[in-house]
Amino acid sequence: MPDAPDILRLENLQVHFPGRGGVLDHILGRPSAAVRAVDGVDLAVRRGEIVAIVGESGSGKSTLGRVITKLIQPTGGRLLFDGDDVTSMKGFSALRPYRHRVQMIFQDAYQALNPRHTVFDIVAEPLRSLRLVTDHTQLTQRVRQSHAAAGLNPPEEFFARFPHELSGGQRQRVVIAGALAVAPDLIVADEPVSMLDVSIRAQILQVLMDLRQQRNMALLFITHDLPVAWLIADRIAVMYLGRVVETGTADDITFRPRHPYTVALRNATPHVRGHSDREKLPALKGEIPSAARIPNGCRFHPRCPLAFARCREDAPPTIEVGPEHTTACWLMK
Amino acid sequence: MKNPCQQAKAPILAVEGLAVDYRLRGSSLPTIRDVSFEIQAGEAVALVGESGSGKTTTAMAIAGLLPPNAAVSGGEVRYRGDRLPIDDDAAMRPHRWSEISVVFQGAMNALNPVHRIIKQIAEPCQLQLGMSRDEAIARARELLELVGISAERGRAYPHELSGGMRQRVMIAMALACSPSIVIGDEPTTALDVITQAQILKLLTALRSQLNLALILITHDLSVVAECCDRVMIMYAGRLVEDGSVADIFANPKHPYTKLLIESIPNPEHGKRMVRPIPGDPPTLQHRPSGCAFRSRCPSAMPVCATEVPNLKRWEQGRVACYLHPPMKHEEKALANA
Repeated sequence: MPDAPDILRLENLQVHFPGRGGVLDHILGRPSAAVRAVDGVDLAVRRGEIVAIVGESGSGKSTLGRVITKLIQPTGGRLLFDGDDVTSMKGFSALRPYRHRVQMIFQDAYQALNPRHTVFDIVAEPLRSLRLVTDHTQLTQRVRQSHAAAGLNPPEEFFARFPHELSGGQRQRVVIAGALAVAPDLIVADEPVSMLDVSIRAQILQVLMDLRQQRNMALLFITHDLPVAWLIADRIAVMYLGRVVETGTADDITFRPRHPYTVALRNATPHVRGHSDREKLPALKGEIPSAARIPNGCRFHPRCPLAFARCREDAPPTIEVGPEHTTACWLMK
Repeated sequence: MKNPCQQAKAPILAVEGLAVDYRLRGSSLPTIRDVSFEIQAGEAVALVGESGSGKTTTAMAIAGLLPPNAAVSGGEVRYRGDRLPIDDDAAMRPHRWSEISVVFQGAMNALNPVHRIIKQIAEPCQLQLGMSRDEAIARARELLELVGISAERGRAYPHELSGGMRQRVMIAMALACSPSIVIGDEPTTALDVITQAQILKLLTALRSQLNLALILITHDLSVVAECCDRVMIMYAGRLVEDGSVADIFANPKHPYTKLLIESIPNPEHGKRMVRPIPGDPPTLQHRPSGCAFRSRCPSAMPVCATEVPNLKRWEQGRVACYLHPPMKHEEKALANA
C-alpha cells in the first residue's frame, strides 16, 4: 500500500464561507468574519487505501468530504484527483466524469433515499444519469452486482421495495449499493454508521472493508469515533478547527498519539475493558470554538493543557515524528 | 452494590412485571413485557438496548410520561414501597421532579427557545416547591453553579449555549426539586466524545454528592463501563440480562450480550476484526415467537422457538436464556426434540 500512487491529493485546501453577521452589523456595514470551515488541509489518499478523518463536530470534517465530492467549491488551495487538478471544475456536464469516479455516502440513509423510488431505481439512478449503460439487461446486471456487493442478498428480493420497507441497516446498504453502481475509485463516507445500532454498525463496516479487498477502492471515512476509525482505516487524520493536526497509521494514532488534542480525544473515548497505560493529561476544558473566530497561533492553544508562549503566537508547522506520522505541534520541535 | 448492608435495605424503586402496549391503527402492539427490577438508593443502573428494544418506553413508563398512543397494560412501579400512579398524568405530577426526574436526549428540543435558561430552571422550583420568584431564581443560580455553569450565564437563551452547556442546563433542571432518582435518556448521545466525557464525569460527581439513583438509558455499552454499577440489557421489549458492570463485561452470559460486546471496536483488545451480529433486530409488528433473539443467535435450540425464556437469577446476576443454567443431558434432549 505505501507505494501505491495517490488517487486524491489535497494541497492547502480551503473552504471559507462568507460570514453572516447580526442585523446591526449589517445595518452599520460592519464586515463579518468568514467561517473558515476548512483552513489549509494537506492530505493524500492512495489508491485502494482507507483513510479516516476523525474530529469533533465543528472540526470541518464534513465540509472536507463535501468539497472533495465537489458538492461545494473550494475557495483556495488545490484538489488533485488521479494527478489532475480538479480544483475549479464546475457544472454538471464537466463534473460527469468526476462523479463517475468519486461517490459519497451520507450519514442519514433515510434522508438520502427518495421515498417514492424503488430500491432498483435508486441504485440504477447514477448509472442512468451518468449514462454508463446502454441497455436494460446491462443495467439490471450492474444493479444486481451492486446489491450483492453491498450485502443485499438475494438482490431481486429488494428491487421492488421502497425505502420505508427496509430496516436502518438495509437502507444504508442501499445507499452503499448506489455509490458502488458506478464502480468508483474513491468513496467518501460521511459518518456512515453513526446513526445505526451497534449490532448493525459492524455489518456495514464489514461491507466497506470487503469492498476495498474486492475492488481496490479507496475510502475516505469521516467519523467522530476513534475506535471505529482504528478498526476500518489504514491511516487516520485528526482534524481540529479546519486543520489536520495529526496523521499516522491507525495504530500510531490510537496507541502512540503525539498531538495533545489526539491524546485528549483518545482519553475521552469510553473503553469497554480495562484501561491501558494512558498518558496522564488533564481533561480538556471548554468546547471547540466557532470557525468564525479561530484563535491566533496554534488554534488548539486555548484548550491545550500543555500550551506555552510560542503556541499563542505562531501556528506550528507540520512535523514528521515517524514513518508516515506527522503532527502540527510545537512540542515536537 | 457490593456492600451487604445496603443489599438488605428496601429498594428505592421497584418495577414489577411492567408491560406497555402501543396502539397502532386500531391494533395493540406489545412493546415491553414483564420488565422487573429493583434499584437501591444511590445506585447507577444502565438500561442498554438497540433502537426499538423498549428501553426508552420502560423509562418513560416509570416517569409516567408515555405518549398518548401508549398505555401501561400490566405491572406496577413502587417508589419507596408506595405504588406510583404511572398511568394517571395528574396524579403522577407531585411525584415527578421531586422524586423522579428525567434528563431528555435532545436538549435543544426540551428547552424553551424564548425563555432565559435561569427562568426555565426556576420554574419547577416555583411550581413544585411553592417557592417565591426570588427564592426560585436564587435556587436556580445555585443549581447552575452545581452543574459547572457560572450563575451569570443564566441570562443566556438556549441557542446561545453549546450542546454540552445545554445538557448541563437539562441536568440542573432535573435536579431542581432534589429528586432521589434521575432518569437520563441518552443524555450524551448527541454530544462529541470530549463533551460526553465531561457530562459523564459531572453525572458521576453529582451522584455521589447528592446520593442520587441514576437510570441511564443508552445504546452505547462503552459509556456504561465508565459510570454505572449495574447494567440491564434489553432486547425486543424484554430484559435479557442484568448484572454488575464488571461481571457483564468480563463474563457476559446471554448470547446477545456477548455479541454486543464483541461488535464494539476495542483497540485495547488488540483485535482488528469485529464479529457482526447477523440480521436485524425484530420490529414491533413482527416479534418472533419464543425468544426474540433466536433468529440471530448462534446457539439457538428448538426450545427457543416455543417458549419465552424467563429472566432467572443465575450466579451474581439474572439472565433470560435456556443456556443458563446449563441444561442436564435429559433436558437437552428434550429441548432439541
